Amino acid sequence: MDLDQQLNVVKIGTESVSDGSLSRRTFLKVTAAAGGGLLLSFILPRTIWSKEAAGARAADMFAPNAFIRIGRDGLVTLIMPYVEMGQGTYTSIPMLIAEELEVDLTHVTLEAAPPDERRYANSIFQIQATGGSTSVRAAWEPLRLAGATARTMLVSAAAQTWKVDPTACHAEKGEVIHATSGRRLKYGALVDTVAKLPIPDHVALKAPEDFTLIGTSAKRLDTPDKVNGKAQFSIDVMIPGMKIATVAACPVFGGRLAGVDDGKAKRISGVHQVVLLDNAVAVIADHMWAAKQGLAALDIQWDEGLNATLSSAEIIRQLETALLKPGVIARKDGDVAKAMAGAAMKIEALYQMPFLAHATMEPWSCTVHVRKDGCDVWVGSQVLARAQATVAEVTGLPLEKILVHNQLLGGGFGRRLEVDFITQAVQIAKQVDGPVKVVWTREEDIQHDIYRPYYYDRMVAGLDKGGMPVAWSHRSAGSSIYARWHPPAFKDGLDPDVLEGAAEPPPPYALPNMLVEYVRQEPPGIPTGFWRGVGPTHNVFVVESFIDELATAAKKDPVEYRRALLGASPRAKAVLELAAEKAGWGQPLPAGRGRGVSVQFVFGSYVAQVAEVQVDKNGEVRVTRVVCAVDCGVVVNPDTVKAQMEGGIMFGLAAALFSEITVKNGRVEQSNFNDYRMLRMNEAPAIEVYLVKSGEAPGGIGEPGTSALAPALTNAIFAATGTRIRKLPVNRVELRSAKL
Amino acid sequence: MIARDEASVWRRQPDGEETDMLTLNINGKDCEVNVPEDMPLLWVLRDVLGMTGTKFGCGIAQCGVCTVHVDGQPIRSCIMPVVAVRGKKIMTIEAVGQTPTGANVQKAWLDLEVVQCGYCQSGQIMCAAALLAATPHPNDADIDAAMAGTICRCGTYTRIRAAIKRATQPS
Repeated sequence: MDLDQQLNVVKIGTESVSDGSLSRRTFLKVTAAAGGGLLLSFILPRTIWSKEAAGARAADMFAPNAFIRIGRDGLVTLIMPYVEMGQGTYTSIPMLIAEELEVDLTHVTLEAAPPDERRYANSIFQIQATGGSTSVRAAWEPLRLAGATARTMLVSAAAQTWKVDPTACHAEKGEVIHATSGRRLKYGALVDTVAKLPIPDHVALKAPEDFTLIGTSAKRLDTPDKVNGKAQFSIDVMIPGMKIATVAACPVFGGRLAGVDDGKAKRISGVHQVVLLDNAVAVIADHMWAAKQGLAALDIQWDEGLNATLSSAEIIRQLETALLKPGVIARKDGDVAKAMAGAAMKIEALYQMPFLAHATMEPWSCTVHVRKDGCDVWVGSQVLARAQATVAEVTGLPLEKILVHNQLLGGGFGRRLEVDFITQAVQIAKQVDGPVKVVWTREEDIQHDIYRPYYYDRMVAGLDKGGMPVAWSHRSAGSSIYARWHPPAFKDGLDPDVLEGAAEPPPPYALPNMLVEYVRQEPPGIPTGFWRGVGPTHNVFVVESFIDELATAAKKDPVEYRRALLGASPRAKAVLELAAEKAGWGQPLPAGRGRGVSVQFVFGSYVAQVAEVQVDKNGEVRVTRVVCAVDCGVVVNPDTVKAQMEGGIMFGLAAALFSEITVKNGRVEQSNFNDYRMLRMNEAPAIEVYLVKSGEAPGGIGEPGTSALAPALTNAIFAATGTRIRKLPVNRVELRSAKL
Repeated sequence: MIARDEASVWRRQPDGEETDMLTLNINGKDCEVNVPEDMPLLWVLRDVLGMTGTKFGCGIAQCGVCTVHVDGQPIRSCIMPVVAVRGKKIMTIEAVGQTPTGANVQKAWLDLEVVQCGYCQSGQIMCAAALLAATPHPNDADIDAAMAGTICRCGTYTRIRAAIKRATQPS
């Protein structure tokens, strides 16, 4: 179904809103669908955090942001508000509906939701976004409730048809069955009757012990086309008459284009056009090869601007200075100063984490066809409505004339929460007749990313005579991503991401006197953005490294030390004990080997990891094994949870061991996979993931695997070598001098 | 030098003077393409022939997602001039499932749910199929050697290793 038809479906939902019979507190509406069948319109929560917001929502006018259609053919279609980027959401979300609706998972098909900021806003801050490990958390209750409502009404419709008691009927595999008489009616035959029924007051969700699909490793629905070359990503879009463009932006952040000599580029076969933007040049050609050659043949003069001498060293100096100032207080428990004064021992440490690029395997690509009366855009985005909005801004066209065709994402990791590339692609396309596909080279991708910020943290703790922490002070300096990305979320000098895992939620340990401060220090010129694991990837590294340092100072085993502090957090304690047991914690290892542990509660999930490393005399670190224990509440698809943990661990490991973006003369020094090193097959550890059985509400799983990894790794390096890594990535030169 | 403000948009149709007709054998079929001889095979496949299963990742043979087979050998198509594969048998992800080894690899990939975002998997599967065709029972060192050139950012390596081993077993 194309986008126009989808919009049509959405429009029907809108019309139902004006129905005067609708209760203000109704969360779900059932109407006849266009072309026959049934349409359920309902609300997915706009925030997963605030109870106040949930209360406010219930009092709102009914404004549905999710839609399920059941056709006369019995097929179930979900207008899918989340995008697939490898995390398995195209499978786990339909599982929630199929479970309650009693249909086979394969009978649920998906349509990508069109861009509509107001309607599809579902994530943390009222933005149509897929990210933050939030999809299953937000959809868990409403999707099941929608499925259960439809099931209940289908049973009622069948009972009415047969003139029997509904309680004598049940739903099974897309049919309603009256067991005593053996009569059956398929859903498709009932939908028109259902559309006329009132919504029941009370709908019973299935008891967890009756789940037949939730909790099973249902096969992924999107993968068969990903093993035979058929899956279409943004970069694979082919539009008749389309040209290919590639682009070079000013290598210095904030610089401008001064002039171009395109004489040589003109002579390259297949080159059509050279397009100039304020800060970039693009070459439009028949194919990428001609475009790349054309770009290389240009003689470009840049006005490098204010950042022409910017360096990493200068940015780090600024952060060091910022860290000397008191920050905005994000958490204050007890009396830290008093407790610190009375402590038997004081421990202090500084930690640093580098700028990081995302390096999604699919380089940015966006196909745009600008016409006088409208614009089509084919792209893979985590923020569809923002994508549409930037097209409107650049073209001057109204939103309804802009069709955004979302494609599968060849990795997201937070990079596709930005629309900088889409803006640029449309600026180029405005100057081109007909459709044009703009493709970034890997060099452009690495050098014009929106980077994970550099963070600088200072930790101070006071220990009692027994070595346990009585005072805990954490001051963090770095960029606020929300302050740029969604300014309303940056309030009173704080945002909800930057101290997740440090202040709110706090570390899971008993820390009676605690002060957590944030000093906002933006790097000049360098754009910073979300990166897989976001705030917790930074905070968990700092907290879990420091807890390990306290254990060392207290001369206690790292697992025992943590366990003693987790009395009030049984779920955290349970994952710690499970990971330690499965990893064989405490069993002797040969010289040069060590185990390290981390525990965290972030994204609504509890995770503990034990990494086992081997460090050789050259300082080379080999991670041989990572054991990961997860309590993410109710598990929808266990295999997907395991896959996300495995992937998150590899992602975190690549960064902790190898990755660092550095700046010299205002430009990024790295350019491609030869100098921005990735983890490879021969460097990948064996990974074991263990899931804790839980009836709690689901937690996020896309990012916790990444945030837990770095401290487990560096704590293991400490165990193996006695060298404490306080600055990432791991410095192998430093480890060469370690006593092994 | 064109000043920024004076720059006029410059256009021209390709004149074809610097191109040649080349006959390529791709997935068992001959096809003619009119492209520069030094054009990498990757862009011939993707942008000229519309065979987009083979992916672009780095352009410098560092990531392996563009891997295809030439006479059964895995090569990085992003740096392979098209003239160098004239007269040779080229196989891409679109047809590898027609070979018994390729079909086994694809099945193992799905059985073990290797795939996440899927973007690199064409390259991974082409590397794995070439490995198994040459070494039907690879050990871990063989797998490392054959697969280390292909990057997966989703981190599916443990499952790739397991799937290669599974593909060696009779189905």
